[in-house]
Amino acid sequence: MVGIVGYGSYVPRLRISVEEIAKVWGENPEGIKKGLNITEKSVPELDEDTITISLEAARNALLRAEINPRDIGAVYIGSESHPYAVKPSGTVVAEALGVGPDVNIVDTEFACKAGTSCIILNMGLVKAGYIKYGLAIGADTSQGRPGDMLEYTAAAGGAAFIIGNKDLVAEIEDWYSFTTDTSDFWRREGQDYPSHGARFTGKPAYFKHLLSSTNNIMEKNNLKPEDFKHVVLHMPNGKFPLKAAKTLGFSSDQIRQSMIVCKIGNCYSGSSVLGLTNVLDIAEPGDKILMTSYGSGAGSDSFIINVTDRILKVRDKAKKTEDYMNNKENINYGMYARLRGKLKV
Amino acid sequence: MGHRSSIPLYWRLQKSKYNLVGTKCKTCGKLYFPPRQLCSECRRKGEIEDFSFSGKGEIISFTVIRAAPEGFEKYTPYAIALIKLEEGEVISGQIVGDVTKVEEGKKVKSVFRRMHEDGKDGVIFYGVKFQLVG
Ligand SMILES: [Zn+2]
Repeated sequence: MVGIVGYGSYVPRLRISVEEIAKVWGENPEGIKKGLNITEKSVPELDEDTITISLEAARNALLRAEINPRDIGAVYIGSESHPYAVKPSGTVVAEALGVGPDVNIVDTEFACKAGTSCIILNMGLVKAGYIKYGLAIGADTSQGRPGDMLEYTAAAGGAAFIIGNKDLVAEIEDWYSFTTDTSDFWRREGQDYPSHGARFTGKPAYFKHLLSSTNNIMEKNNLKPEDFKHVVLHMPNGKFPLKAAKTLGFSSDQIRQSMIVCKIGNCYSGSSVLGLTNVLDIAEPGDKILMTSYGSGAGSDSFIINVTDRILKVRDKAKKTEDYMNNKENINYGMYARLRGKLKV
Repeated sequence: MGHRSSIPLYWRLQKSKYNLVGTKCKTCGKLYFPPRQLCSECRRKGEIEDFSFSGKGEIISFTVIRAAPEGFEKYTPYAIALIKLEEGEVISGQIVGDVTKVEEGKKVKSVFRRMHEDGKDGVIFYGVKFQLVG
């Protein structure tokens, strides 16, 4: 069986609250907090980007995997904020981890599901016997246009997974993808900020793909919502995943542990995968987890994950997602604008 | 646009800059960072090997940079410190975050960050900086 040998996460320390952003735009913070079910979001420092976030997460994954980095045969990083347009983020991350040069590297892009698709790519190579281990990362330092609703949610963070077929902390029993050509959210080459179809983003995009993908993988495997201990759904805000979970027939207990969005915002490619690392940090052997990502454009990847005994041995070998969420420092809008390069000088 | 930094020079030192890899003289045990290929004590008799520092240490002194050299302007103000690593070596490094919290005697650990970039269209250089612990 193919699955996760080690996992790790990283979230930058800085936070900006909904109040602080709302104040600048003359909006009602209580209304926005309630509407989005978010209190604050993570903000990267000036010297943090998708490469540095990916590396810190991957180092944590390596600590838990307890393998020789030279045995990693593929490094795939999914993000919509790769620092270079041409030159893969994975090359820097691999070099710093001590991976390669016997390694295949490529960066992927599919809005917020680029990272989960890297897990699928690695599963295929491991299962075919081409590589012993593969590294899959989802990380982002996403941006919202000043004054746009996305500014309240666009956050930074990432998670890394070492995929293999022995000494697993969690088996991946099955995966499934649901994809169509739907333009709900996009960013053209050279533009600083993304554009979105406003009200077009909900029903025909997020809900259609995420619900179809999740329902189809359960049907394919003869499983029902009550067969899972935890469910992890992509978190563009704190409201959508709760509504989707309810529609699918999951209880609030099943989704609670994965809801990192309320404290750190939407980490885009890092969103569902950070929800998963936060679940793995507390999961028990035998727990069944269902994860579905969503990427605008649009598509969803679903996974059925079974936690094994080894989780108890490796869990404490690296910092937990909750440690990163709780170790924080709040900043004001002026500092935020400077850090995110919103002031053009 | 011309690029100021030497890409080949940085590339040769990449392993040491990304992971705090120095060298150790197997003959006398002396540690070097940045790495050296000749032991200053044993000279020709010294046998040199790679050595990875833990990245944990303590600030022994620091200065706050407010007028930065080209390529570092957007990071000001930032603190550059002399750090005594737990292995005993003293190295210099940048402390990330709020400069008002930097103090002598505080414990630090290494983190991987952007060091500088060659303008908007140049190479981005990455490496080790230090973060206050606790
Ligand atoms: Zn010597």
